[in-house]
Amino acid sequence: MAVIEVAGLGKSYGRRQVLEDVSFRVERGEVFGLLGPNGAGKTTAVECCEGLRRADAGTVRVLGLDPVRDARRLRPRIGVQLQQAQLQGALRVGEALELYAGLYPDPRDWRELLDEWGLADQSRTPFDRLSGGQRQRLFVALALIGNPEVAFLDELTTALDPQGRRDTWELVRRIRDNGVTVVLVSHFMDEVEALCDRAAVLDGGRIVATGTPAELVARSGAGGTLGFRPTAPLDPARLAALPGVTSVEERGGRIEVTGTGDFADRVTGLLAREGIVVTGLRIREHGLDEAYLALTRHDS
Amino acid sequence: MNRTAHAVRRLAVAETRLFLRDPMTAFFTLLFPVALFGVLGSVPALRKASPDAHGLSTVQLYAPILAVLALMMLGLNGLPSLLATYRERGVLRRMSASPVRPALLFGALLPLYLGIATVSMLLVTALAPVLGVGLPRSPAAFALAFLLAAAAMLSVGLLLAAVVPSAKAGNAVGALALFPMMFFSGLWLPREFAPAVLNRIGDLTPGGAAAQALQDSWDGRFPHAVALLTLAAYALLAGAAAARLFRWE
Repeated sequence: MAVIEVAGLGKSYGRRQVLEDVSFRVERGEVFGLLGPNGAGKTTAVECCEGLRRADAGTVRVLGLDPVRDARRLRPRIGVQLQQAQLQGALRVGEALELYAGLYPDPRDWRELLDEWGLADQSRTPFDRLSGGQRQRLFVALALIGNPEVAFLDELTTALDPQGRRDTWELVRRIRDNGVTVVLVSHFMDEVEALCDRAAVLDGGRIVATGTPAELVARSGAGGTLGFRPTAPLDPARLAALPGVTSVEERGGRIEVTGTGDFADRVTGLLAREGIVVTGLRIREHGLDEAYLALTRHDS
Repeated sequence: MNRTAHAVRRLAVAETRLFLRDPMTAFFTLLFPVALFGVLGSVPALRKASPDAHGLSTVQLYAPILAVLALMMLGLNGLPSLLATYRERGVLRRMSASPVRPALLFGALLPLYLGIATVSMLLVTALAPVLGVGLPRSPAAFALAFLLAAAAMLSVGLLLAAVVPSAKAGNAVGALALFPMMFFSGLWLPREFAPAVLNRIGDLTPGGAAAQALQDSWDGRFPHAVALLTLAAYALLAGAAAARLFRWE
């Protein structure tokens, strides 16, 4: 059963069209990524799902409810971490959790969340004195305090250092393991690759691709790079002429061939036919990073 | 219904803690008016009845002003700067994403501010007999005037909070509104000593109308209708405008 169904969603601010004909589905229990460059409309799309913004066109259903019209029934069942929000500066961590627990009909024990998210030592620390990572953990804890069926996490790891990001990923996996459906907004490829079951790539307000990270890589046509050092002279132009090869670079006797599909077989086939022995052979398959760049490349 | 009441209570508890955690604001609203009253009252010359002031002493003239001072500070300065800060920081937005509407925050903040202003007023009133001023002689009229003054000040504060673009502007506009209001209430120059034309203008400000209505009821007269109607009009108009204009983000 789809937890979120978005169909033909459109939204503009004044004359600026931010979302156009956006459609995606999120299934129960999965981690779904909304991926795209800054300004692609990711946050606006989730805010329409959270009921913080009203869509101009199309339909949005979360848990079968209209996020704006049925806000009163939906809000208790979702958890939200906003990209840019702060709490009252002097409000202490424990107080914040206790306060928000009081706003939900069926809250989790806030002391338990305090421990679970490694904030027990900060229980009496005012919000303004928390580090970036501690704030982020507090906001995730606040998103989970109402025992939600769906959690929306927007730019979860933006302010964090690499270790902090890895730690946070672990926590997101834990949320999923507890049966909560997670919608993750991100512009980090590695994050989506590590966490998401499926993702939609947004660019310029439109969905340009949807699928599992592996499918996105395949669909983008991003293939890989084959690098080697030939022991006999080889004309790069002959490599470039092979089907599927997109570029050939020669640097200091080393050749790097980039291409898609079965280009690597064709390259090695040519080398075999010519009887050219190569050393230092290395193949690198492109990941979501390259796929993302390919999918969101603007012709300009 | 029950849940709403529960949420408002939680919000009120949190906001009360935050209020008391800010020592400057807590001092200036709760203790400063009564302390100033005590200082003025300890100067013998200020306790002498003055023929210029219809036989009232300076301390007597200051009593109603100091009774509403906390109210003015909280309504005109405290409320706009707090709400503008909350809006700018995203506190209100974060709350809109929860099951309760951020409007419930008003249900917590307004009674809190009214309560603090009332405590401050009661402290001033309680000190009055000690300084030879005596308790308000028309307590019912005094209470009515105070409540109308509270409604007016808090509504104007909400309206300012609705229209200021940023937390910084909220602070500045709050201060800008507070000083003329304190002036018209007679904090620097008691109304009895001010030129008539200034008092006519002052009567039409919430500060002046509040000071006038409280002074009348303190002396045992029912306040002028003009003063009470002025306060009611501010409460209604500013409140309605604030409700229309308030932005959560």
